[in-house]
Amino acid sequence: MTFISYLINGISLGSVYAIIALGYTMVYGIAKMLNFAHGDIIMVGGFAVFLSVNSLGLPPLVGVLIAVIVCTALGVTIERVAYRSLRGASPLAVLITAIGVSYLLQNLALLLFGANTKSFSSVVTVPAIKLAEGQLTISGETIVTILSCVVIMIGLTTFIRKTKAGQAMLAVSEDRGAATLMGINVNGTIALTFAIGSALAAVAGVLLCSAYPSLTPYTGAMPGIKAFVAAVFGGIGSIPGAMIGGILLGIIENLSKAYISSQMADAIVFGVLIIVLLVRPTGILGKKIHEKV
Amino acid sequence: MKKFLSLAMAAMMAVSMTACGSSSAPKDASSDAADKTSTEASSDATFKIGGIGPITGGAAVYGLGVMNGAQLAVDEINAAGGINGYQVEFNFQDDEHDAEKSVNAYNALKDWGMQALMGTVTSTPCIAVADKTAADNMFQITPSGSAVPCIANDNAFRVCFSDPDQGAASAKYIGENKLATKVAVIYDSSDVYSSGIYEKFASEAANQGIEIVAAEAFTADSKTDFSVQLQKAKSAGAEMVFLPIYYTEASLILAQAATLDFAPTFFGCDGLDGILNVEKFDTSLAEGVMLLTPFAADSQDELTQKFVSAYKTAYNETPNQFAADAYDAIYAIKAAMEDGAVTPDMSVSDICDAMKASMVKISVDGLTGLGMTWNESGEPSKQPKAVKIVNGAYTAM
Repeated sequence: MTFISYLINGISLGSVYAIIALGYTMVYGIAKMLNFAHGDIIMVGGFAVFLSVNSLGLPPLVGVLIAVIVCTALGVTIERVAYRSLRGASPLAVLITAIGVSYLLQNLALLLFGANTKSFSSVVTVPAIKLAEGQLTISGETIVTILSCVVIMIGLTTFIRKTKAGQAMLAVSEDRGAATLMGINVNGTIALTFAIGSALAAVAGVLLCSAYPSLTPYTGAMPGIKAFVAAVFGGIGSIPGAMIGGILLGIIENLSKAYISSQMADAIVFGVLIIVLLVRPTGILGKKIHEKV
Repeated sequence: MKKFLSLAMAAMMAVSMTACGSSSAPKDASSDAADKTSTEASSDATFKIGGIGPITGGAAVYGLGVMNGAQLAVDEINAAGGINGYQVEFNFQDDEHDAEKSVNAYNALKDWGMQALMGTVTSTPCIAVADKTAADNMFQITPSGSAVPCIANDNAFRVCFSDPDQGAASAKYIGENKLATKVAVIYDSSDVYSSGIYEKFASEAANQGIEIVAAEAFTADSKTDFSVQLQKAKSAGAEMVFLPIYYTEASLILAQAATLDFAPTFFGCDGLDGILNVEKFDTSLAEGVMLLTPFAADSQDELTQKFVSAYKTAYNETPNQFAADAYDAIYAIKAAMEDGAVTPDMSVSDICDAMKASMVKISVDGLTGLGMTWNESGEPSKQPKAVKIVNGAYTAM
């Protein structure tokens, strides 16, 4: 019974990683850049909900909506201001810019909200489920997190398969030059990718802060890195890969905490990553990259 | 033209003076500046005491308490005629609980002309700064740096208990008061404070008939999800969970334990102090939490009452034990300076030598203990006390 409880908690943690990893992987797949500021957009989403729900007293759903709008606007703005002008620059320059944006967001939050920990009251109102005479408790946050993850994953796959904008994204990720020749608005498509990625970050922020109710300007940093690992683990650029990577990472982390050592959990997680990358350098579901000569 | 300038200056002074009266936070800064200019003008020497601690960041509650408590003591001392007839200037710098920033703050204070250091507040930065003070032979007394190496050098003293002492005292307290026999521990293995307490607690627990049923660690990189640690403690049948950690993580642990329907007694050390001040924290979760702290604001003795009411008037909140530790630290500096008959014109190193010799001779009746004395290694000797959170406030046990 305790094993099932560890497993469910692992899936819940992994679902949050998965939603964050989706944002990483989409941006990487389409814009071919690592958006290290992604984790901090999660934090901004958390603060947007904190301010609207806990401080202004708005209903939770309105708070989530506000967070999504704020994060989407922020993501598109960052793309327009910081990344678009570097479209032709070397990948390293873009990477450094992303790290810069990440620090900028953290320090802005530090300036605006102060560094004191804020206790986030959960926006989830689903009651906890008790099974097996109270031995197994599944919290409402866990249920909502896992469900959101599945819904987002299905929604995103359908969007990419069935809509014109989704097809445009696929085309841009295949070959940006050819997509331009076919009349696809590459800049618009990339902006849309950032908008979706940031909206997902807002949702992840709400779920993360609801499950682990503390909010600081650094809240997004570590989950952001873990989610990046999850994206690489599952195969960066692949949407189902991000999902599988995230959930596996959460399960491995929790089970190694439970059965091996709570101190060594992170070392084990990253050890597994190294082994996976040695065996499959492009991750679990990653596409093989053919070097063009 | 000159006249106009001086008039403008006078007007500005007046504005800054009125600002003093209206709010408490800027008061320190502006009155500090005013003190400085007035003392420089009269060429009268003053003692310059520096303070370092986190007034922003995750440990800000401690640093703010220390800054305010120390300022209160300095103001009292100045009003009563200063130390050895000299007024005292106090300058507090932020280190955000970061070792590197703490060393920068120390260098800034040295440039300012600091003659003795009251700090730093948290252990990890304190160890970094202790190396610098030893090299400069600068007198240092930390109100709350409880890790063993904080006072490894002979120029450093502390007001609080050391980590091992807190760990042993907690185990003794639990054992002697028969609070629990099956205890689980959740500690931060990446933090010297937390792992230091845990190790001593574990060795003392055996002598007290306490069984440690689960000893679970977490690290600075994964300190949000405690469901596994709590689940293991629950499965092991723990009656009490010992939390030798800081309040930010403890607030998460309390919330997650509630969702797991796990309700043991939680027992912590001074790091839990501040848990009631976390913004929007549901204090009902902390109901019944016990913590070993040398100071309870609701104590009935005259000294505590006077301090608490003065603190409330000045800063509009109830002081925590860090404020009390800092208050005692300033009075310990005063006692040592008086015993050693130091004067501000002495060099930093001479002041330190005189105060070092005096520290082991003095006895201070402070907020955190009556008749506190210090030994050669810098450790204080006083009685431990514990408090319990009842109806969202500390209650002496």
